[in-house]
Amino acid sequence: MAQTRTTVVSALFALLLVVIGAVFAAPFVWMVLTSLQSLQQVFHFPPSLLPHVWEWINYPRALTTIPLRTYFRNSVTIAALSTVGTLFCASTVGYSLSLVRWPGRTALLWTVLATMMLPFAVKMIPLFLLYMKLHWVGGFAPLIVPSYIDVPYFIFLMRQFYLTLPRELAEAARVDGAGELRIFWSVILPLTRPALATVAIFSFLFHWNDFMGPLIYLTHPRTFTLALGLQAFQNTHSTQWTYLMAAATVFTLPVILLFAFGQRYFTQGIAITGIKG
Amino acid sequence: MRRRTAMSRRQWLWGLAFAAPWLIGLVVLELYPMVMSAYLSLTQYHVFTAPRWIGLRNYRQLFADPLFWLSLRNTLFMVLVGIPLNLATAFGLANLLNARLRGVAVFRTAVYLPTLMPAVAGTLLWMWLLNPVYGLINWLLSTLGLHGPGWFSSPIWSKPALIVMGVWGVGAPAIIFLAALQGVPEVLYEAARIDGAGRRRRLWHITLPLVSPATLFLVITGIIGTFQLFTSAYVVTGGTGGQDNSLLFTVVYLYQLAFTELRMGYASALAWILFMVILAVSVLTFRATRRLVYYEGG
Repeated sequence: MAQTRTTVVSALFALLLVVIGAVFAAPFVWMVLTSLQSLQQVFHFPPSLLPHVWEWINYPRALTTIPLRTYFRNSVTIAALSTVGTLFCASTVGYSLSLVRWPGRTALLWTVLATMMLPFAVKMIPLFLLYMKLHWVGGFAPLIVPSYIDVPYFIFLMRQFYLTLPRELAEAARVDGAGELRIFWSVILPLTRPALATVAIFSFLFHWNDFMGPLIYLTHPRTFTLALGLQAFQNTHSTQWTYLMAAATVFTLPVILLFAFGQRYFTQGIAITGIKG
Repeated sequence: MRRRTAMSRRQWLWGLAFAAPWLIGLVVLELYPMVMSAYLSLTQYHVFTAPRWIGLRNYRQLFADPLFWLSLRNTLFMVLVGIPLNLATAFGLANLLNARLRGVAVFRTAVYLPTLMPAVAGTLLWMWLLNPVYGLINWLLSTLGLHGPGWFSSPIWSKPALIVMGVWGVGAPAIIFLAALQGVPEVLYEAARIDGAGRRRRLWHITLPLVSPATLFLVITGIIGTFQLFTSAYVVTGGTGGQDNSLLFTVVYLYQLAFTELRMGYASALAWILFMVILAVSVLTFRATRRLVYYEGG
């Protein structure tokens, strides 16, 4: 009797999980289904769930209507070059703040933590004016260069990871007379690969998804990223839902792939810092 | 002995060398903009002429600016309604995700994926889902005999629409709650069960106190993030603030002032007020919850 009751309860529970999971997945499914319908079908009430005719041609058409190839290339360029910079900055500075014994490191760690709390809104205007003086506005530099010197969150993440490594490693190499650069490059860095992967994934995602930066600094459609380009397209062609959903799918797909292949690094990011990524 | 000092001096230099990128970044991209922004907030500055010192006039003008107050009210609505709703949903989901059940990993992925979606793509998707005439949501409501609202095109429903969209993205806080739930020792529940504590009392006296540090963390990061709400509102309205300015949030207004009206001094003053509000609300939250948050061994 008690046996059947627990079975019923866990079956109901499983059903609840399936329903909620479906609710969360439904918008994705709807996005893809819309992207494969004709415009007439989309503007019809009541909506039909499946396309009458699967309009695969929406994708090539969206590519010619919206300069998606250019936007895609710009997004990849900015995200990739920024990620290289983030890896460089976070791995070197994080190393200095954890495994090198020098008196300034505690004070410097506090500056890292404090700047993580600063709202971007406060720095936004002077930074824009600075980049304008440098004639960087309109190009990619304001979106890439800061990653090479100013990534407090990732510096902190790398520092936390370095602290999990045995201290003796660097000390022993030092006693053996190895140079600091060699210790960093050949002894320590190879051990941080999982943390570097986490940093790379989160940095890439951040720049891939970023909207405000491109909105402030990019002025010519030729330089737009996917985020900025799609917003601009929607603003002028607010009814082209099939193309917009096709473009949104293209925009989201790399993120899903990154998640599928790097899933364990996502959880690692949460675990290392104890905070969300 | 001499060897030691030589070595520590070398460590000094290497420490500085490895920290050099951040030292530059800290000065050029953090400290300088902070100081500069404070200075600009005391000037009148339209980019093409030199900044003119006007003391506190920008601040006085802001306090008399109805759009400033409106943007603050709009933002506070999102903080006071959106965050509690988000966190309650996230906590509920985390309890479900915590189930020891086959296939629960698929469910976790389904809940987490929306948080990865680019904000612009997600907002466009929800504009389509919430389309007043052809959208999926209003169709679902109509099958229940309800007449769905205009959502983003209605001054009353535009903020609730953003909140609904936000609830879809609660995967990240849900995962953090999940980690906190998994840190609660099972023996506590067993002891409570033996003592005859029911489900509700176990939730109230064990689960909630033990996840309270995670809750506080999520409330604080939620406050900091929500006060800077921008992208979704900008995409929905094309940067205008929407119907009756119902989606004019503080940072949206700040963007308009700085980059469409080029009133850099006035906008800087608004930025500093926003910063102070965020700081004050965060500190107050810390203070008010000090007795409610339970730190193990602390």
